[in-house]
Amino acid sequence: MELSFSLLVQQLFIGLALGSIYVLIGVGLSLIFGLLTVVNFAHGAFYMVGAYVAVYIFEKTGNFWACLVLVPLAVGALGLATERWLVRPLYGRGLDYPLLLTFGLAYVLVDSVRMIFGVQGEHFSTPELLQGTVDMGFGPFPIYRIFLVGLCATLLLALWLFIEKTRLGLIVRAGSRDPLVLKVLGIDVDRVWLLIFGIGTALAGLAGLLAAPLRGVNPEMGGPVLIEAFVITVIGGMGSLVGAIVAGLLVGVVVAMTTLFQPELAELSIFALMALVLIVRPNGLFGREGLMS
Amino acid sequence: MAADKDHPASFQRRSIIKAMATGGVVLAGGGVFPGILRAQADNIRVGLPIPLTGPFVNEARAVQRGAELAVKEFNAAGGMAGRMAELLVRDDKLNPQEAVTRTIELIEKDRAHFIVGSVSSAVQLSVNNATKQRKVIYNSVSQSDTINEAKDWSKYTFHECLNPHMTAGAVARYAFPKFGKRVVFLTADYAYGHEMVRGFQTVGKAMGIEVLADIRHPLGQTDFSSYFPKILALKPDVLVVCNFGRDQAISFRQAADFGLKKQMKIIAPLLIHSGRMVDGHDVYADIIGGTGYYWGLEDTVPSAKRFNDAFRAANGGTYPTDYAGLGYVGVRGVLAAAKAANSTDSDKVSDALRAIKGDFYKGPTYYRACDHQSVQSMLIVESKPAAQAKNKEDIFNILAIENFDESKLRSCKELGHA
Amino acid sequence: MSTIATDEHAPTLKFESVERHRVLATILALAVFPLLMPFHALATNILLFGLFAAGYNLTFGYTGKLSFGHAAFYGTGAYACGILISQYGVHWSLAIAAGVTLGGLTAFVMGLLAIRTRGIYFAMVTLALAQCVYFIGFHATSLTGGDNGLRGVNVPAISIGPISIDLLQPFTRYYFMLTFVAFAVWLLSRILNSPFGAVLEAIRENEQRARASGFNIERAKLLSFVLSGLFCGLAGALTAINLSTVGIDIISYHTSGQVMMVTLLGGMGTFFGPFVGAGTFLAMEHVVTAFTERWQLIVGLMFMGLVLFFPKGIWGTILEWVKK
Repeated sequence: MELSFSLLVQQLFIGLALGSIYVLIGVGLSLIFGLLTVVNFAHGAFYMVGAYVAVYIFEKTGNFWACLVLVPLAVGALGLATERWLVRPLYGRGLDYPLLLTFGLAYVLVDSVRMIFGVQGEHFSTPELLQGTVDMGFGPFPIYRIFLVGLCATLLLALWLFIEKTRLGLIVRAGSRDPLVLKVLGIDVDRVWLLIFGIGTALAGLAGLLAAPLRGVNPEMGGPVLIEAFVITVIGGMGSLVGAIVAGLLVGVVVAMTTLFQPELAELSIFALMALVLIVRPNGLFGREGLMS
Repeated sequence: MAADKDHPASFQRRSIIKAMATGGVVLAGGGVFPGILRAQADNIRVGLPIPLTGPFVNEARAVQRGAELAVKEFNAAGGMAGRMAELLVRDDKLNPQEAVTRTIELIEKDRAHFIVGSVSSAVQLSVNNATKQRKVIYNSVSQSDTINEAKDWSKYTFHECLNPHMTAGAVARYAFPKFGKRVVFLTADYAYGHEMVRGFQTVGKAMGIEVLADIRHPLGQTDFSSYFPKILALKPDVLVVCNFGRDQAISFRQAADFGLKKQMKIIAPLLIHSGRMVDGHDVYADIIGGTGYYWGLEDTVPSAKRFNDAFRAANGGTYPTDYAGLGYVGVRGVLAAAKAANSTDSDKVSDALRAIKGDFYKGPTYYRACDHQSVQSMLIVESKPAAQAKNKEDIFNILAIENFDESKLRSCKELGHA
Repeated sequence: MSTIATDEHAPTLKFESVERHRVLATILALAVFPLLMPFHALATNILLFGLFAAGYNLTFGYTGKLSFGHAAFYGTGAYACGILISQYGVHWSLAIAAGVTLGGLTAFVMGLLAIRTRGIYFAMVTLALAQCVYFIGFHATSLTGGDNGLRGVNVPAISIGPISIDLLQPFTRYYFMLTFVAFAVWLLSRILNSPFGAVLEAIRENEQRARASGFNIERAKLLSFVLSGLFCGLAGALTAINLSTVGIDIISYHTSGQVMMVTLLGGMGTFFGPFVGAGTFLAMEHVVTAFTERWQLIVGLMFMGLVLFFPKGIWGTILEWVKK
């Protein structure tokens, strides 16, 4: 078929919009991964729990905006409990143990949701205000996806301001480099870690809620997300917020372009990109030497 | 049949286990196994490996409920000269390796006489390979063109479900003349998708359709947005979406988000009951597809009415879906054949099953002699808006019924049968 | 019985003698094992997955590299063996040899690309490369059967000289497989006891120091990776014959994840641990699924409890306990 310029532009735009969803999915994992050196295998499960909490809250309130506030709080609280009682005893024991623990936790969360909500999956409608499409000049585009791009940008800005401009953020940054220094300074490192884990899981839950109107809700929805989130985090470089953003957008564009020219390679392209990046830059695009090795 | 004979190894093992249990010996991970699970010795045992976990669990549950009804009815009617039937349900996890292990377990340990089941093309082929080697009858209840081909098929292989060639063919015959000849395919990149596309193209070619693109998407796709600009730019009359399960629900939903339905007719080989139930009319609106069974058939077909009533009585008023029908007739057929042959011997039951021409739940069906493909009717349906529905399970309008004759199937010669 | 054991100063005399004969002890345990199982197909699966995990353990437990791509070696081993038998009618012994070779070859290529990365990055490169292998397997439909899987890897019976062995007989099938596994276990022990095994241990304990001692670290790591690939290839080839089919899922990341879990469960870096892990995981899954469809819940809780309370894995914990 003919490859018009407008089709290319449109595909690029779609790729970036898709990328913002990837960023949303990846950023929570990256935060926990980079700062706590915890490989959170339950990330996808927290994402799924977020979607189900949204289904529940929407059923009770009928209000999407209430979900937007309550879902991150609820999933974040679950994350806090997880860190406090399950992950904390494992600090200093290497990569493998938190990984195995969260792997087990993911099983437990998925099966618990099956028990409570059933196996059939749930429907989650796009909020009425955000239904329909707008003409972007090159063709129709769903309003909800534009909303997602805006929300994602706002969220990342807030996160960046928190890490770079607040005192707590300073502590977090220092702690990720050398927790011992914080201890010497008399700062309660445990509380910092707790907070980060809570934020990371809250972001996963939020991503689940936001994806629900696009992808539907079912107990297995976290599986592919875990892989996507890992790929984003690793390509960007662990613990780098900028890295996660660049990687997410990059993956979105690569997927969109592969889909246009060679759709059956779309899935592989993500992994090929990851392999390529890591072979050239073993610590990811923005990763630091030595972390987690 | 081998499974009926004494197995020295098994008795030796049982006595060892018994000795161990009395001695109170427990070894790490090993020796402790529940004896209560051991099947009753004289029952007719039907193994049902289905994906009780994973994305097709809705379909699997439906198959199980249908199968349970078949067993219940068989036993209520006195069984096979007093021998009762027993259903052994196992989780195949939608994984071929797991399914083979479960099947071998069913045959070796549980002494299953027949195997029915599977909700995946890949799984059924693997199970069939295992049953074929062990000369055990297998009645598959999910779609595949390959299982009937001479390379995979055996005397003990039966295919209860419609196959992609039949399904896609029927939808194509209905849809292309009505909605137009310029066609784009959006296809899940695996055997099921490929076989469906081949079915549409075989029939479409004769009608002179023009295929603008055959776009393949990876299995388990969560976002279709990047596929739509190209499809919109091609301006087809008809978009044929050949995928299954959650891929189908997500692609329908996102296609609607991007306004595809306003520009083209979307058709699909099968409309999935569970998908329509969960996602509602809006997602499925205006999309036309096929199904092997819909309970609304009861208005015109008496056996459907009988089946629906029996199923609802056994399942708290729930209507049977297409997969419930498959589970039912898959097991019922095998048991009926065993009764007719008055034996569980694979060869005798195979002959009896091939001879059965019945009307179990959807009008007359029978197995074609050369490949044991079930020849049956198929429905063309579209989603019914909630305002018109009689109840919440009233989800489809039946647009047409295609009654297959063998000329519409791939020929025995084409499949490699002599 | 493990490298952990070498750290211990005063093991009991009796246990030391078992440890010295760890190959014999392992083979004996595996030979008795099927008598305890409810059916032999499960025992055979455990045996072969145990071998896969033992091969994986060489990379993960003994060299200390977390790989997420071992499904590729297991899978290529299975496909090479399966394709040769089902499509070309090659003799089963040659097909198994081909499976082993391809497993090692795949490991060599992946190792060349990945060995430079460390920690979790190594895990991710191996994952990505294994996904590429998956993709090739998925799309080479004419060879592998693609998504439909490879069927017809049927070796119903084999004859060695005058003896004919019926492989459809589950009991016989197990012991046929065991002969290969026994050989592999012996070989594995030889490797670990060799000077090369000592180098691997040095790398795991402290890579910098090992490098300073003048070892060629990169080459040792690559060699260990390739050896690991050979063992996994053998496990794959035998699995193809065992199930008579090869499904594409065998190369999926679920398989890589599962072998890691099984190894950790049994006890990473222990000689017999992988078999214990495979036995526990598969047998438990079997028992739990018979009672309830909630097996994932129970397996998940078990993993969490294990990590929190028995971090050395089952066999690792037993070893520790015995030597106290």
